[in-house]
Amino acid sequence: MKLSTFGQKNLTKKIATALIGVSVVIGATTAAAAAMKPSSEDVKKYLRPMEVPQGKNNISTPERVELGKVLFFDPRLSGSNFISCATCHNPALGWSDAQPTAVGHGMQILERSTPTILNTAYQRFQFWDGRARTLEDQATGPIEAGGEMAQPIDELVPELEAIPDYVAMFEAAYPGEGVSKETIGKAIAVFERTVVSTDSDFDRWLKGVNGVMSKEALRGFEVFKGKANCVACHDGFNFSDNGFHNIGLKDMEDPGRFAIKPIKVLKGAFKTPTLRDVALTAPYMHNGAYATLEEVIDHYNAGGFENAGTLSPNMKPLKLSKKEKRDLVEFLKALTGDPMEVAVPQLPVN
Amino acid sequence: MLSKKLTTMGLVALFMSATASAGDHTIAQNSKSFKLNGSQVEEYTIKAGETIHFKNEDPFFHNIFSLSDLKTFDLGSYPAGESKSVTFDTPGEAEIECAIHPEMYLLLTVE
Repeated sequence: MKLSTFGQKNLTKKIATALIGVSVVIGATTAAAAAMKPSSEDVKKYLRPMEVPQGKNNISTPERVELGKVLFFDPRLSGSNFISCATCHNPALGWSDAQPTAVGHGMQILERSTPTILNTAYQRFQFWDGRARTLEDQATGPIEAGGEMAQPIDELVPELEAIPDYVAMFEAAYPGEGVSKETIGKAIAVFERTVVSTDSDFDRWLKGVNGVMSKEALRGFEVFKGKANCVACHDGFNFSDNGFHNIGLKDMEDPGRFAIKPIKVLKGAFKTPTLRDVALTAPYMHNGAYATLEEVIDHYNAGGFENAGTLSPNMKPLKLSKKEKRDLVEFLKALTGDPMEVAVPQLPVN
Repeated sequence: MLSKKLTTMGLVALFMSATASAGDHTIAQNSKSFKLNGSQVEEYTIKAGETIHFKNEDPFFHNIFSLSDLKTFDLGSYPAGESKSVTFDTPGEAEIECAIHPEMYLLLTVE
């Protein structure tokens, strides 16, 4: 996995500088091919930000990343000692679990799907209903939730304190703060912020590399921004408005965001997920209703369905042709980043 | 009938000019932020009895609301170009947000 923020930053800066030069030359000589090139607005809107956002009072250090990664992969963080964060947020499955909805403690089938943790660093709200503002607040939620990892934190802390290597890792990461709910949450959050999407063909195209986006994907990008108006919600580098919308899924009784903020428009509304690596994270939607991207596009093309909530006013029939729908899927596939190599850590035993 | 319509229109015009004069404030929703004269605003102060017009300048819907003790309201979802208004009669503080885009936040002080 590519974890080097600073290396990425320098590379992006160099490529962006080169791109400006390349664009000037191309712009002057091949105006006819301009439609195949990203506009300056596209580059500004979708190019990777220079830096990955950091947590307030929880800046990334190698010791914190290492501790967070070990905690993330350690099944002893669950009541059964059988489920780790990585059980559901599996890096081999797009940091999700390929299930329609999550499977929790005692093999319970839960109501909502496992969201990818890819690019959660860029999200302003965590969980499908946005009930946590920060990754630090979010990280211990599933550990404690009875249906998920079912591990009371006040029992977990002495469990970890009984493992000297863990105590040493906590001390190295958060000197003087000890093993606590806060330091567990902070370390996992720091690790999660390293799980950042890698460059996709779309990114390479934005940086001026020729021939990496198929004609279908390029047309799909135009449909995405135009006729289908996907950008009303899926916008910017992370393809999310950090907003909440009821997109009209069938048989939907889940109140979603309304349980957090009782405003009418939020009945059945859920957070706009990233579209980065979306081809790797089927099934789709907060309830896993659709198995393929084609089914997702068909849903939006129909304008969604009436349900117990309040359908987003952004939802309306799109009247897309078969070709436009196929092009949209090709564009979404072009958002798949280069494969990540994730080294599973050796867990402390002593 | 025509004179009745004209009278009604006249009254509406009078009302609009009254509401658009002193004591009125327009705060835009632009690029998923509250903006005053083009600049992002997160804190704002008005006087009791004054009105704020919340104008949507984004190409998608916003839904302004407040669940504050001072005033609870939900303006519903409205599209680009539309504006909805709230008058604040009582001194105090109100947290105003967009339900759809909760990072939009305005702390309003009514003096």
